[in-house]
Amino acid sequence: MSTTVSQIDEVKTTPWAGGTSPFAVEYGKIMMWFFLLSDAFTFSSLLIAYGALRFSSAAWPAPDLIFQSVPGMIEHGAPLVFVGLMTFILIMSSVTMVLAVEAGHRGAKKEVVWWMIGTIIGGLMFLGCQALEWTHLHNEGFWWGSVPEMHKLLEFFKDPKPTNIVATTYGHQFANLFFTITGFHGFHVFSGVVINIIITINVLAGTYERRGSYLMVEKIGLYWHFVDLVWVFVFTFFYLV
Amino acid sequence: MSSHPAHTEDHAEEHEGMTKKRIWNVFYILLAITAVEFFIALYLVPHKVMTYHVANPIYIVLTLLKAFFIVGYFMHLKFEKAGLIFAIIVPVLFIIGLILVLTNESHHWIDLRL
Repeated sequence: MSTTVSQIDEVKTTPWAGGTSPFAVEYGKIMMWFFLLSDAFTFSSLLIAYGALRFSSAAWPAPDLIFQSVPGMIEHGAPLVFVGLMTFILIMSSVTMVLAVEAGHRGAKKEVVWWMIGTIIGGLMFLGCQALEWTHLHNEGFWWGSVPEMHKLLEFFKDPKPTNIVATTYGHQFANLFFTITGFHGFHVFSGVVINIIITINVLAGTYERRGSYLMVEKIGLYWHFVDLVWVFVFTFFYLV
Repeated sequence: MSSHPAHTEDHAEEHEGMTKKRIWNVFYILLAITAVEFFIALYLVPHKVMTYHVANPIYIVLTLLKAFFIVGYFMHLKFEKAGLIFAIIVPVLFIIGLILVLTNESHHWIDLRL
């Protein structure tokens, strides 16, 4: 029996030699990363369109005048408080998610379930807050393609007040972009909550215990953190800038 | 079979990467950055300590910092193989190109509108 192997028959074991993933990450997780990459492009184009329209505007509704109420509590003079609460809720739910992933590494089923439930509650709270915010703005007169009456609309612009036609044009642009972008983000949160619920049911049913790994929790975790990440950008560009 | 030792090594690194303590530390950092943003938006800008021209770039830098912590630690990208890190980060860099093009362009649109 010959022990020499010709160079071409030698099995290569370098990471990029084929046969195994050079990324050392499971297939589904790589696909989640690339889905999130494409989703990042979608959100970027929406936010860049918003930026371009806002930079080219003659006047824009001031965020601290539009978002200065806490629905059901404070009508005026509390800019950013409510959105601060929403941001806190979402970051908090990101933490519970990553704790669920951490518990999954240890195979602690009960802990995974509790942290997942925490994440779901956080997601639902965020959606509730967003519903309140939308209702508030809708009551003021903002909606897709509609703005408040002129005297009310002008209150949302800082001095010097723009002309009526300028206020109407950019008020409309603000309303359309706000509801489209936060709506698209809210839809992502909603899908995330639904998928989180499905994963939690699977954890309870012991699906991942039988499979021997809680990789699915990690994958939905990636999605959930991405949703949090998008909110960080929406928050900056709609509420702060 | 040479991939096996590498795999267990990865796992060791993973656990080292995100312990409970580390998770809460990242949370406090995110909270602190958000608090700084609020301080600028609610105190420094209204009291004219800072203008929008100074505040806005600061917001953007702080937001990117938050993004780094969320993607790096919560999404665990910092501890993945370099190949995966580049596969995700490099395409995102092209977005910066689009931002530069459209912000330049939008300054030109102002002249067109008036």
